[in-house]
Amino acid sequence: MSDNNTSLFSAETFSQAVGQSFAKLNPVLMIKNPVMFTVEIGTAIMLVVTVLSGLSSHDSLGDLGYNAVITLILFLTVLFGNFAEAIAEARGKAQADTLRKTRRDTLAKLLNKDGSISETSSADLKKGDVFVAIAGDVIPADGEIIEGLASIDESAITGESAPVIREADTDRNSVIGGTKVLSDQIKVQVVTEPGESFLDKMISLVEGANRQKTPNEIALTILLASFTLIFLIVTVTLKPFADFANAPITIAALVSLFVCLIPTTIGGLLSSIGIAGMDRALRANIIAKSGKAVETAGDIDTLLLDKTGTITIGNRKATSFSHLEEISDKKFAELCVISSLADSTPEGKSIIELAKRQDITVAKESIGEALFIKFSAETRMSGVDLVDGRKIRKGAWDAISRWSENKDDLAKLEAKVTEIANNGGTPLALAVDRKALGVIQLEDIIKPGIQERFERLRKMGVKTVMVTGDNPLTAAFIAKKAGVDDFIAEAKPEDKMNYIKEEQRLGKLVAMMGDGTNDAPALAQADVGVAMNSGTQAAKEAANMVDLDSDPTKLLEVIEIGKQLLITRGNVTTFSIANDVAKYFAIVPALFAAAIPGLNALNIMNLSTPESAILSAVIFNAIIIPMLIPLALSGVKYRPVGASALLTRNLLVYGLGGVIVPFIGIKLIDLVVSLAL
Amino acid sequence: MNTEILGVFLIFLLSVGLAWPLGKYIVKVFRGEKTWTDFLSPLERLIFKISGIDPNQPMDWKQNMKTLLGINVLFFVFAFLALAFQGSHPFWNPVNIGNWEPTLAFNTAVSFATNTNLQHYSGESGASYFTQLLVFCWLQFVSAGTGIAACALLFQGLKNRTGSNLGNFYNLMVKSCTRILLPLAVVLAVILMVNGTTANFEGLAEVTTLEGEIVQVAGGPTAPMVAIKQLGTNGGGYFGPNSTHPFENPNYLTNIAENVAILLIPMALVFAFGFFLNRKKLALMFFGVMTVLFITFTAVSVSEEIKGNPAIAAMGIATDQSNMEGKEVRFGAAASSLWGVSTTATSNGSVNSMHDSHTPLSGGIFMLDMFINAVYGGVGVGFINFFLFVIVAVFIAGQMIGRTPDLLGKKIEAREVKIAAMVVILHPLLILVGTAMSSYGIVQDPSLGWLKNPGFHGFSEMLYENTSASANNGSGFEGLGDNTPFWNILTGVIMLLARYIPIIGPLAIVGSLSVKNPVPATAGSLQLDSPAFATVLISVIVIVAALAFFPAMVLGPLAEYYTF
Repeated sequence: MSDNNTSLFSAETFSQAVGQSFAKLNPVLMIKNPVMFTVEIGTAIMLVVTVLSGLSSHDSLGDLGYNAVITLILFLTVLFGNFAEAIAEARGKAQADTLRKTRRDTLAKLLNKDGSISETSSADLKKGDVFVAIAGDVIPADGEIIEGLASIDESAITGESAPVIREADTDRNSVIGGTKVLSDQIKVQVVTEPGESFLDKMISLVEGANRQKTPNEIALTILLASFTLIFLIVTVTLKPFADFANAPITIAALVSLFVCLIPTTIGGLLSSIGIAGMDRALRANIIAKSGKAVETAGDIDTLLLDKTGTITIGNRKATSFSHLEEISDKKFAELCVISSLADSTPEGKSIIELAKRQDITVAKESIGEALFIKFSAETRMSGVDLVDGRKIRKGAWDAISRWSENKDDLAKLEAKVTEIANNGGTPLALAVDRKALGVIQLEDIIKPGIQERFERLRKMGVKTVMVTGDNPLTAAFIAKKAGVDDFIAEAKPEDKMNYIKEEQRLGKLVAMMGDGTNDAPALAQADVGVAMNSGTQAAKEAANMVDLDSDPTKLLEVIEIGKQLLITRGNVTTFSIANDVAKYFAIVPALFAAAIPGLNALNIMNLSTPESAILSAVIFNAIIIPMLIPLALSGVKYRPVGASALLTRNLLVYGLGGVIVPFIGIKLIDLVVSLAL
Repeated sequence: MNTEILGVFLIFLLSVGLAWPLGKYIVKVFRGEKTWTDFLSPLERLIFKISGIDPNQPMDWKQNMKTLLGINVLFFVFAFLALAFQGSHPFWNPVNIGNWEPTLAFNTAVSFATNTNLQHYSGESGASYFTQLLVFCWLQFVSAGTGIAACALLFQGLKNRTGSNLGNFYNLMVKSCTRILLPLAVVLAVILMVNGTTANFEGLAEVTTLEGEIVQVAGGPTAPMVAIKQLGTNGGGYFGPNSTHPFENPNYLTNIAENVAILLIPMALVFAFGFFLNRKKLALMFFGVMTVLFITFTAVSVSEEIKGNPAIAAMGIATDQSNMEGKEVRFGAAASSLWGVSTTATSNGSVNSMHDSHTPLSGGIFMLDMFINAVYGGVGVGFINFFLFVIVAVFIAGQMIGRTPDLLGKKIEAREVKIAAMVVILHPLLILVGTAMSSYGIVQDPSLGWLKNPGFHGFSEMLYENTSASANNGSGFEGLGDNTPFWNILTGVIMLLARYIPIIGPLAIVGSLSVKNPVPATAGSLQLDSPAFATVLISVIVIVAALAFFPAMVLGPLAEYYTF
């Protein structure tokens, strides 16, 4: 679906955002951002002063031309802030639009109560309606299959081209509007009212209409507002101070000082950082139901991961054969293959694959009319009775050893069985005519690179917990090998729930991913619950995010997106406040240089004139906003190097950098401005 | 010169060395553990019995706050009445000093109740023995006790895993007085008396000087008053000239003792934080942050004073280069600078030299010290002020590393940030608006005539006065005629707001933190005792103080410095 390399500004989003920047000048909208709102007021004051200075030549009003320039720059400062927000929204919208294209109006085959089928527009489908979809149809709305099974092409939503199977009465019974039925026929019940699907919710969140500030954003806004208030006090009281010192200050200088000191950089970029966070989630094919969920993801302490699919690739696989010396490698492997010919379990298939890799194949036809014995819970064995009378059996070690009569050989094999179990594998034994011959080693294959990811999580301070149906011994082995911190073995759905509750009791925030209906309570209990898109409707309702790719490792990405959101906000704040040092050294000497020549010693940047000094500071203050938009949109990279190291690094870059950069920037602007003046 | 600087180090190290064990002892007192001062418990039981208070009643932050405010209102009312009618009651007034003008009585009552001791009256000649001992000296104990008790409530709030009980204010306050302030004051008073500080009730003594003139010399219970004035970061001297007066501070040894006493309890409370919460390393980091600022300030002040006044040097007069104007020869420039930095850092406000006569940068350092008002800080309240900077720093640093910020396992959210921000704004608001009002007043009507010095120095005097009031410091840039209704009311109101709001706010914060569920520390959590966080903390302190006050500093001390 998404093109992750979209350039930051496409022509279309750019022009859209420019228009929006003006629309956002409306004070009713501006007041939500107290910092930029005061800049807007400052601009209005300067506009009045500019007009007045054209009419009279009172000293405190200053020069008309200069006032006009300052007014213009302040106006640009407000516009830049608006633009930052608008461009983030426009990008989000563009992203959402590509998703929305998938839900063009399609014709739905509505199943009426009397059993007849009528065609209707997908927009008219209501919750509870049932429609029929056959091969070639585009599914008109999100729903649950109530009858039948079908293979479906979900590439329009997930970008994954391989078709998926969706079937009624399973955990994979949900279908998404906009996806295409490739084969078979299904009856689907609509689960959302029009305009209320996850995608619709997500689109409105990104577009800003329903965007609510997240808790940390609210707290930061309060802090920024209080800084603004301090500088308002500083600026207002400076007037009588200066009068006392016989160093009168023009209104333009005072307003400039105020606007430069208040944290406009973060004020202008704050909401665009928030929107960009949601947008990044969307680009990762994650639909977050609220901005808060994304932010919370950054705080996750404990991560519950299903073993299968997340930590290991698929199911257990056969990795080696070992057998008694009296039989050849080839012969044993052939027997294993024969025993598995009718075995449709992943383990059975993997035995055939293993043999194939050793160039051993047995055609099903070659064994003739054999009788295949299915696995049963009582015997705990499966196998085949060949026409020549041989009975081949394959199964758990204890079952095979009970069935077998060659007790002396069993002891030899037992050593191998123990070895396999100790190494986290599962032994599967094979016997022919009550004579145990050898053991097949089944192993979980740990995903390549997963250890590094867990190491990364550990450095972030996130505890990883593996959830598996395996016995504790096997679970412990895999947990150790994969590098997870803890595991829940022989897990039942309520075990997950209890584990989450226990962690939360200790004050931890827990994230988990799930797909089944029986995961729903745990998904709801978890602080961040991510439902797979392939999962049931119940799971998706309970979760606060839905992963369109149904990729279990997505949780790791979600956490990084959340952290990135906070870090970007924090570091831009630090940068913004650190900037004030240089701005003071630019403006304050300029304010008093005429009346108190000695104070020129504070003009350490050696700015050419008081006018150009103030102008340069205001210009720097304005252009730093658009210059940081790319950073706000793409986010400050999160590095899992440990809290203190990360803080040190960010302090150097954004704190020290925030002190130094404006000294250079203002000086450069002054060089240009003084040429122009 | 080297001996002078050696003396500075000696005083500092002695203070740290004594503060460490005192911190341990203070924690025992807070926890109600056995101490060698248990022999005082009958006295405490008597106090509680008479007042009908149950000292073991658990109280949440709101109950404690109501108690603190209620009891302080009583202190104020009593002090105001005693001063306004000083001459009308017959008690202990051998020199027959009269009633006070109401605004002066208001200002002074507020001043002593708030642990500020801004003195618009003239020391020994304005106050009777009754006033000195039963109003001033007594308030110096209980106002310091209020601060220490508030600090203990804060500690408990930070220690609570989840629970609203912060302890009992009555109990903590009484014990702060009887177990901490009283024993230390006795020790210090004895040291001072042995060295010649007066302690009598002899009224005025007539003395014939070497020149044969007869002068009247005031006696009085100076030694005990000086002891509590220093230990409780009060600063209100028995004599007008405070600890420059030979009866208050006779020699270099008493100067050492008094300077140590200024720093002792504020430093000890930082250590006590570590012992109380079992976070010694964190306490040492906090102490380190404060000390970096303290040493920097001292270094600037000492070097400026030793460099001396360039104007005098230019005239070719000086033989000793250091600036000795307004200083006592028996202490010297370095010890005067250290005292100045100590007394402004801790919101003490007693002086052993005239701050007005320090070189501009040194005077500016004293103001900066009060702008921050948390470098060790006033007894109890210094740590509370520091705590606010910690909240802001934790909030910023937490975001910088991608986690919702938490302080000692409690999340800092909108409510805490809101309160912290309001309190942080208060200090610049009071100082700048106060100074703006006084600047405006004098520009509009120069005949008000407060200022004995014009220009930048005059501005510094007004700025210093407002700052001293808002920092609950009490020292002054003399040269300002401050006993006028304008200054009495202005600084009185500033002192009241600046005392109680910064106690209520932080306690409201810990009140809300203490009932939150703790979050566990992980590898992703902010490590408070790391050098990185210390850097953030120092930056927040310096930036908040510097950014808010830079323009005012430019027009006062810096303008004076650059035009010297």
